[in-house]
Amino acid sequence: MGDWKTITVPALSSASKISYQNTSEKKMSPSSLNMQQVLRSPLPLYKSMHSFSSAFCTEENVEQSISYLNRELTTLGFPSLYSECKDKELNVVSVLNCLNELLVLQRKNLRAQEEVEIQHLKLGSDMDHLQNCYAKVKEQLEASRREIVGLQERDRQQQCKNRNLHQLLKNEKDEVQKLQNIIASRATQYNHDMKRKEREYNKLKERLHQLVMNKKDKKIAMDVLNYVGRVDGKRGAWRTGKTEARNEEEMYKVLLGGYEQRQKQLLVENAELKKVLQQMKREMISLLPPQKQKPKERAEDGIGPVLSDMEEDAVELNKENMWELSCETVREQLTNSIRKQWRMLKNHVEKLDNQVSRAHSGALNGSDVISREDHELETEKLELEIQQCKEMIKTQQQLLQDCYLLEERERLQEEWKLFREQKKNFERERRSFTEAAIRLGLERKAFEEDRGTWLKQQFLSMTSDHKNSEHVKTQSAYSGSSDPDNQLMNFRSRQKKPHCLPSVPPSEEFCQTIQHIPHNSNSSVVLNKTTEDSKPKQWKGLNKAETEKCIKTSVTEDF
Amino acid sequence: MNFSEVFKLSSLLCKFSPDGKYLASCVQYRLIIRDVNNLQILQLYTCLDQIQYTEWSSDSLFILCAMYKRGIVQVWSLEQPDWHCKIDEGSAGLVASCWSPDGRHILNTTEFYLRITVWSLCTKSVSYIKYPKACQHGIAFTKDGRYMALAERRDCKDYISLFVCSDWQLLRHFDTETQDLSGIEWAPNGCVLAVWDTCLEYKILLYSLDGRLLSTYSAYEWSLGIKSVAWSPSSQFLAIGSYDEKVRILNHVTWKKITEFEHPVTIANPKIIVYKETEKSARVETESLAFPPARAQASSLFSTKSKYDISQVPVTLQSVKPVTDRANPRIGIGMLAFSPDNCFLATKNDNIPNAIWIWDVQKLKLFVVLEQLYAIQLFQWDPRQPRLAICTGNSKVYLWSPAGCVSVQVPMEDDLQVLSLCWHSSGDSMALLSKDNFCMCYLEREEVK
Repeated sequence: MGDWKTITVPALSSASKISYQNTSEKKMSPSSLNMQQVLRSPLPLYKSMHSFSSAFCTEENVEQSISYLNRELTTLGFPSLYSECKDKELNVVSVLNCLNELLVLQRKNLRAQEEVEIQHLKLGSDMDHLQNCYAKVKEQLEASRREIVGLQERDRQQQCKNRNLHQLLKNEKDEVQKLQNIIASRATQYNHDMKRKEREYNKLKERLHQLVMNKKDKKIAMDVLNYVGRVDGKRGAWRTGKTEARNEEEMYKVLLGGYEQRQKQLLVENAELKKVLQQMKREMISLLPPQKQKPKERAEDGIGPVLSDMEEDAVELNKENMWELSCETVREQLTNSIRKQWRMLKNHVEKLDNQVSRAHSGALNGSDVISREDHELETEKLELEIQQCKEMIKTQQQLLQDCYLLEERERLQEEWKLFREQKKNFERERRSFTEAAIRLGLERKAFEEDRGTWLKQQFLSMTSDHKNSEHVKTQSAYSGSSDPDNQLMNFRSRQKKPHCLPSVPPSEEFCQTIQHIPHNSNSSVVLNKTTEDSKPKQWKGLNKAETEKCIKTSVTEDF
Repeated sequence: MNFSEVFKLSSLLCKFSPDGKYLASCVQYRLIIRDVNNLQILQLYTCLDQIQYTEWSSDSLFILCAMYKRGIVQVWSLEQPDWHCKIDEGSAGLVASCWSPDGRHILNTTEFYLRITVWSLCTKSVSYIKYPKACQHGIAFTKDGRYMALAERRDCKDYISLFVCSDWQLLRHFDTETQDLSGIEWAPNGCVLAVWDTCLEYKILLYSLDGRLLSTYSAYEWSLGIKSVAWSPSSQFLAIGSYDEKVRILNHVTWKKITEFEHPVTIANPKIIVYKETEKSARVETESLAFPPARAQASSLFSTKSKYDISQVPVTLQSVKPVTDRANPRIGIGMLAFSPDNCFLATKNDNIPNAIWIWDVQKLKLFVVLEQLYAIQLFQWDPRQPRLAICTGNSKVYLWSPAGCVSVQVPMEDDLQVLSLCWHSSGDSMALLSKDNFCMCYLEREEVK
């Protein structure tokens, strides 16, 4: 609903003060002076209504106010408030309609006003902005103007300096020229003077020469013992025309020789250079892309019939052996073709360079930022990966180490067990061995005792049969004492054979009596046999068997 | 290196015979011929006056001794010591004397360069050549000895006469476009003659054997010009040293300059080796000194040893500012020499008198710079290999080869101030000459590598 206009009606002047506070004026033509007042927000309706209602219509002037309102409304185009039939009666319907119309109108107006205000605001801010820009631009313009002035000033100074330097240079050049002229003139003067003096000197020399020659000085002579032979042994020849001609010939020969040598060197050099150029040409052709050659050639030369001739010639002369010619056209052909190829190669390379630079710059511009970000991300990812891998490696290494340790420990334990077992076994064995050894010792003792007793018995039995036992000497077996007792020898020897125990004879006497060495035999082995053979008869049957048995039994007892 | 003992010498006249067997030395008026290997005196000749010049004939059979004051040239024979020959120029005077390449003629230049007399030892004939040019290198023989070029001057113009040495026939006579001819030199191949002008004008002319002008070269105008000229042994290059401290190399095909070598005071290129001679004084052990000190000990005690150090580039060489208001200033390239194998060129810039510049001819670049403690007196290439012997007026001789350089003290009782040296034709030995003495230095092949 908005603001009510304060009507500049004198009747309402008393209320104008109050209403002024609350309302905002709305003019037909917008002006900047009222913008501030426009900005003030419209107050709510009912307040103004309250103040207004008290101001305009009271209970006394209802009729007047109605008629006034009717007049106003009819002038504004609204239907009359009064009813059609009667004049003074209010047509409520029309009043309500009018009210509604007025409300609608008011709303429309308010909206319009809002819009206008908004636009106003926008325009205002645009204006501000433009003014700022304008101020800035003005400043820039000022600054650039000042700069221009400064630069112009500097330029002027530089030009001044330049002019001065040019002037100095000119002066110096002039001076140099002057000095050179002076030197030249002095040189000519000196030359002239020198020539004059020289002429004088020559005159003196001539005079002196004449005097010297005229004097016919006898002293001017050569005094030699005898003339020496020439180096080459020949006699001197007269100077004739022939010799002169020969000398000339020789001189020319020498010169020609020198020239020929040089020409040879130059030919060799030329050939090498030609080879190099040809190689270069071939390589250049190979470098360039093949399809571009033909059209370019045609484009560059551009002269039709002449071109074809030249090309034909070129083709002909391209044959290798033709290059051997050192004539003008061949050289020109070669140099021209190389120049052409080189130009093409240069263009090609330049094009490639441009492409590369464009591609390079394009790539850089677009993907510069992105690539860097990508790069950073990538590097971060890679770093993380690296960290993880490192950690994994560490843990794995530790695990492996632990594994190894465990394995090692187990192995060690096993080995310890084995070791201990073996140790036990060894101990047992050692004990058993010691026991066995002790037993053995005891048994051996027993055996020896048995043997001793048995032998005693035997001996006693033998001595009871034969009374020859007194012959038996009490010499040891080693001394080689003769002993008639073969049987005992046999026994002894036999006893020795079956068991290899270190024979510790229980009694020396007994051994000595047993062992006897007969006269007719040398070695004990032979002796045994012979004794066995020689006197087996008597005892063979009985005693041998008995002894064998005894031995066997004793032996078996032992083991 | 072995050094012989010291022998007397005068006027730095010590020459090896061309066949390498003999060594001729002059002491006042005596001419002593020694054997090269053992330095025994083989012949002793006595001349009439103090000998001022001596020269072997090309076949080493004769030797001439010139006495300029008396105007006499005496010729001695090695085969026949009794043979004698005396040429008396009498009142004509004598300024220079030399052998012809065949070893049988003597060319005497009379005083004031009035004429050149050609005396023959085989016949009784005498020839006269008039108007020789009064310059130092006025006579030039080709290497094979067939032709002789003689500079002449008539009516203020220079001419060149070419003679056939076998019969002294005048082959060619042509004028040269020089102001004042200063020197002539044949190329080693005998086909080209280089003729250069006075130092007031930089101009060098190249004539072929038959007298045609092949080419002219002039590097610049007005400043002092050519100071020294050298042909390369293969005749491929002509090196011209000038007063502007540069050497210009011309090639034999086009006779155009192919490069120029500068001799600046500062060397900055790190690829160049700079050998600097430094002194190291021997320590004197006071306890082992005997009193009175022996002569040998005394000299060796106080002699300073020197060795070469390699200086780091950039190196600044000692330079001498020349006196500008005198004639013949000590600036420019005064000495030029190619090595016999054509690989190196040794030059000396008179501005920097202590340094020798060795250039690599194959690469046409500076190779080595040798900086000595004293001014260079003379340097000479070994005739067989690229080995340079240098003497600077002190008692040392210096040798450079591409493998390195060495400074050798001449071990003499009295210091032998080496003023000049002379290689033997085999390159195995050289003679070191001082004012009053000389000694022989025998080089072993393995030592100086």
